[in-house]
Amino acid sequence: MARVIVTTSGKGGVGKTTSTANIAAALARFGKKVVAVDADVGLRNLDVIMGLENRVVYNFIDVIEKVCKLNQALVKDKRVPGLYLLPAAQTRTKDAVTPEQMIALCEELKPEFDFILLDCPAGIEGGFKNAAAGADEALVVTTPEIPSVRDADRIIGMLESMGKSPIRLIINRLRPNMVQDGDMLAKDDILDVLSIDLIGVVPEDENVIRSTNNGEPMTMSLDSPAAQAYLNIAERLLGRDVPLMDLESYATRGFLSRLKKFFKGKKK
Amino acid sequence: MDFLKRLFGSGNEGSRGKAKDRLKIVLIHDRTDISPQLLDSLRSEIIGVLTKYMDIDTQKIEIDLDHDEHEVALVANVPVLRIKRGKVDVDKE
Ligand SMILES: Nc1ncnc2c1ncn2[C@@H]1O[C@H](COP(=O)(O)OP(=O)(O)OP(=O)(O)O)[C@@H](O)[C@H]1O
Ligand SMILES: [Mg+2]
Repeated sequence: MARVIVTTSGKGGVGKTTSTANIAAALARFGKKVVAVDADVGLRNLDVIMGLENRVVYNFIDVIEKVCKLNQALVKDKRVPGLYLLPAAQTRTKDAVTPEQMIALCEELKPEFDFILLDCPAGIEGGFKNAAAGADEALVVTTPEIPSVRDADRIIGMLESMGKSPIRLIINRLRPNMVQDGDMLAKDDILDVLSIDLIGVVPEDENVIRSTNNGEPMTMSLDSPAAQAYLNIAERLLGRDVPLMDLESYATRGFLSRLKKFFKGKKK
Repeated sequence: MDFLKRLFGSGNEGSRGKAKDRLKIVLIHDRTDISPQLLDSLRSEIIGVLTKYMDIDTQKIEIDLDHDEHEVALVANVPVLRIKRGKVDVDKE
């Protein structure tokens, strides 16, 4: 029976879809059978981030409305065994699906998989509530900025009242250099105010854009700090005790840039 | 000293500290945002409890959440007319 995990954020554009795709691919690499469900109806994106957009025929609303069978809508990723995508409808609105239908869909998927990851729309309205209805656990994504952390706090409150547990935090797009320079909220600053368990910190990484361009989740090829961070998150989901990455070491470049900044400042 | 701090980054003189302070305050306020309906039902339950122990002037009760910069307090001002003497029968509903 699969664990059903929803990826949420409150604020948009903080990395839910990127996280869902990379964690799904990482879990599949660890030998699990995983389906990533694009629950962002009307703004479907998980298909392109996973690089499977050309293979989409049906979507999960078609399944709900019995236009096709579940197996016909599932897109199998040929690069990693055990990885599947269940696409969203692009030409429908968020109210095309009810919470009850979402729960029923998850129940139908559960016996077939080890993990069901739901990529949720931004916001705290119906779309989010429908998408999250079938989930047991939640991942909340935030960037180290005030608006994003603030919205994460709202979402955490709502997830708690919906009975999701555990609810764990992903801090995305952290820039170790900026933290060291005292110009970005650090991991502990965010954990202090949110009081929620952390499952991983993903650094800002240009490979995220590269992998989106190529249509291949980073965790499939592994060669970047963000890929490593997502692999670690997947391992922690599997209950393994993986130490946090030493992001400070990525910030050593920061010392040089500070040196430069310092001498530039002197000249003025 | 100052230049060393700038060179090694002391961690607090940038915008990080300010961000954390502002975030804390914003969350205190967000988390204590109470709807008028909730405040109304709180009010009537508080009156219910208080009247077991004392006669109060229900017309003049003030109950509100008082926000200031760093904390939020529930402030209640309840004019008491008379304390009820003797044992209060708490179980009697
Ligand atoms: N760690 C990272 N480093 C660099 N860029 C990133 C990182 N994470 C996400 N991004 C970029 O941020 C943008 C938004 O990411 P994504 O689409 O995953 O967010 P989202 O939360 O799903 O957005 P929406 O709310 O619109 O669904 C993308 O352009 C992505 O490339
Ligand atoms: Mg998205």
